[in-house]
Amino acid sequence: MSFNTSNTYSVQALITKGITKRYGNHTALEGVDITVPTQSIYGLLGPNGAGKTTLIRIINQIINADEGEIMVFGEKLTPRHVEVIGYLPEERGLYKRLKVGEQLLYLAQLKGLSRSEAVTRIRTWLDRFQIRDWAQKKVEDLSKGMAQKVQFISTVLHEPRLIILDEPFSGFDPVNAELITQEILRLKENGSTIIFSTHRMETVESLCDQIALINKSKKILEGSKKEVKQQFKTNSYRVEHRGAFQLETGNYHVVKQKPLEEDHFESTIKMENNGSPNLLLQELINRTEVFRFEQHLPTMSEIFIRLVKAEGDEALLKHLQES
Amino acid sequence: MNKVWLIIQREFLNRVQKKSFLITTILVPLIFPAIIGGLVFFMVKEAESAKPDVVEVLDETGRFQLEDTKRFTIVNVSGPIEVAKKAYQMTRHFGLLHIPATDINNPNGITFYSRESQSIEKISELKRTINDKVKDFKMEQYNVDKETLKNIRSTDVGIAEINLSDSGEEKSSNTGILYGTGMALGILIYMFVLIYGIQIMQGVIDEKTSKVVEVIVSSVKPFQLMLGKIIGIASVGLVQFLIWIILITTVTSSVLAYFGMKMPQQQAMEQVTKNMDEETAQDVMKQAPATPQSPEFLNNLSQIPFVKVAVIFLFYFLGGYLLYGALFAAVGSAVDSIQESQQFQFPITLPLLIGYMGLFMFVLRDPHGTVSFWLSIIPFTSPVAMVGRIAYEVPLWQLLLSMALLILGFILTTWIAGRIYRVGILMTGTKVNYKVLVKWFLQKN
Repeated sequence: MSFNTSNTYSVQALITKGITKRYGNHTALEGVDITVPTQSIYGLLGPNGAGKTTLIRIINQIINADEGEIMVFGEKLTPRHVEVIGYLPEERGLYKRLKVGEQLLYLAQLKGLSRSEAVTRIRTWLDRFQIRDWAQKKVEDLSKGMAQKVQFISTVLHEPRLIILDEPFSGFDPVNAELITQEILRLKENGSTIIFSTHRMETVESLCDQIALINKSKKILEGSKKEVKQQFKTNSYRVEHRGAFQLETGNYHVVKQKPLEEDHFESTIKMENNGSPNLLLQELINRTEVFRFEQHLPTMSEIFIRLVKAEGDEALLKHLQES
Repeated sequence: MNKVWLIIQREFLNRVQKKSFLITTILVPLIFPAIIGGLVFFMVKEAESAKPDVVEVLDETGRFQLEDTKRFTIVNVSGPIEVAKKAYQMTRHFGLLHIPATDINNPNGITFYSRESQSIEKISELKRTINDKVKDFKMEQYNVDKETLKNIRSTDVGIAEINLSDSGEEKSSNTGILYGTGMALGILIYMFVLIYGIQIMQGVIDEKTSKVVEVIVSSVKPFQLMLGKIIGIASVGLVQFLIWIILITTVTSSVLAYFGMKMPQQQAMEQVTKNMDEETAQDVMKQAPATPQSPEFLNNLSQIPFVKVAVIFLFYFLGGYLLYGALFAAVGSAVDSIQESQQFQFPITLPLLIGYMGLFMFVLRDPHGTVSFWLSIIPFTSPVAMVGRIAYEVPLWQLLLSMALLILGFILTTWIAGRIYRVGILMTGTKVNYKVLVKWFLQKN
């Protein structure tokens, strides 16, 4: 398998082709191709043990793939790319006995930042998070939430163009989780590309532009959130209306009707192939007063459950239904 | 390379900035001379102030006529032994020596009664006194007069030690100094490797359990991290060592200057314990300041090629540390806690211990023997064994062979350790045994 470095590739922040990793008889990843567009938020989804962390470690050059190629911003991945990548591992950790300021300085210098540059940026970030007086504190004296803020700063201090966050919200309290969410959005606005792995569907729904689902060491789905939803849409519509009604024509039938406040109801109506939204609306107007009419796209969670049912993977199904 | 340098700096500063570093670095050189000084002080004091013990002597032959010595005051008693024993029990005297009526040239049944078991030193001195007397009797019997006797007794022939090199050059040597140098250097290397090796292991375990290692290895290669840590800790050790040498030299020389007059006495004390011979001891004490031994001692000390020994010592100091340091790093990477590390520490410390015991059992006793040769050639034992031999002349080819093997040795252990380390640091909660280590070692990157 070979690459041509054409323009279509160079606009992508990250491309992996045929990434395979084996540990003895166990295959951790098998032929994984993903494409992460520049300045997108890319969600890497899948249950524990699917191979997400292995893939992330390979992109971070912590371990090498047995097979496959990786391109970063149009270039073949090499050790010097550690400077354009920021990584927040799932298992958070800092030097406990080191002061926050020294710690950040050390980690930034290891990422190739000069000392003076690092000092300036540390000041900026500590101010942004309003934790400037922590600089002289040792990490062991910080609370877990405080330490996680410091760790987040260490991930983005060298202004990486590609930020990889492994389960970024696990362990954060709601306030900090919101803060990190805002930072992720801001970093994206400023041009960074963010890849994060998660098993929380609501995060995917609200934050991601792009998603990939990895299960049992293989990628089973990838695309923009919009594309995926279109791909899995069931051609049904949601209507909020007054009073219950019946609709059973050849092209439209009510799948579900549930009462809302007062005399309002919400109905889910499935449309057959030769129907159209306008015709449906006409049918509805004849029967009821319409307050809201929208195409119903499946949630990520619903899509995955469908996919997984098709695969017959009981373990993953259970995981998705729980989350 | 730049990043390894950053890691070295960090590891160095982390340790040097600790209070415990400051305390051990400053206190150790003060404590050791203080302890030695204190012991010498009390030894001298005790020797000066010790009152001689009173020994009652019941001599039924009437011929022995023991005299007072520095240790014993002799009180002659009479009467049958049963009476003497009773009388002794009434006193606080040290003991009762009973010499029955016996053939004085071949005495039998001499008994020493005392309240409690006595130190071997005192008993053997008593024994020696009796023996000397019997020798005198025998000499007299063979018509040897007292003067001749004294003359014979005071014989003390010294042997000058001269090393004759192939080129016919002569060098005087002093086995004692060489022995002491070899022992001190060997012990230093053994302790340094062990103490700092364990520090490396502890550092690796800390990084692993605090999970910070995953962030670090996303910036640098695991091998760079391991190397940076090993070199960083080595520089801590070297700096500490240097400070110790400077401090100990200053403190010792000022202490010596202060106690300057006491030193010959201390030398004499050693002579006393060695010879146990009262008269010679006193002679030595009298002669001590003027003894020709002192300039010779200094002369011999200056015969040791200090620069050469220092350079070679430094080489083995670092070589041994690097060889074992890498292995300690590998062990640290494989385990989750210091307790777990015990099972893997043993096989590492074993060869080091063999080198250490070999130093005393073979190298210092017979520096040019076969076992000493092999111990100083094999890289795992050579750091301790070779510095034990180094004060003695070691053939150049042996030295070069040993050094080359040590370099190969630490390259090999670093390579092996690096392969285990890169996998180990990312593995937590795995039950690790030797089979797993081999698997990690063989694993592709």
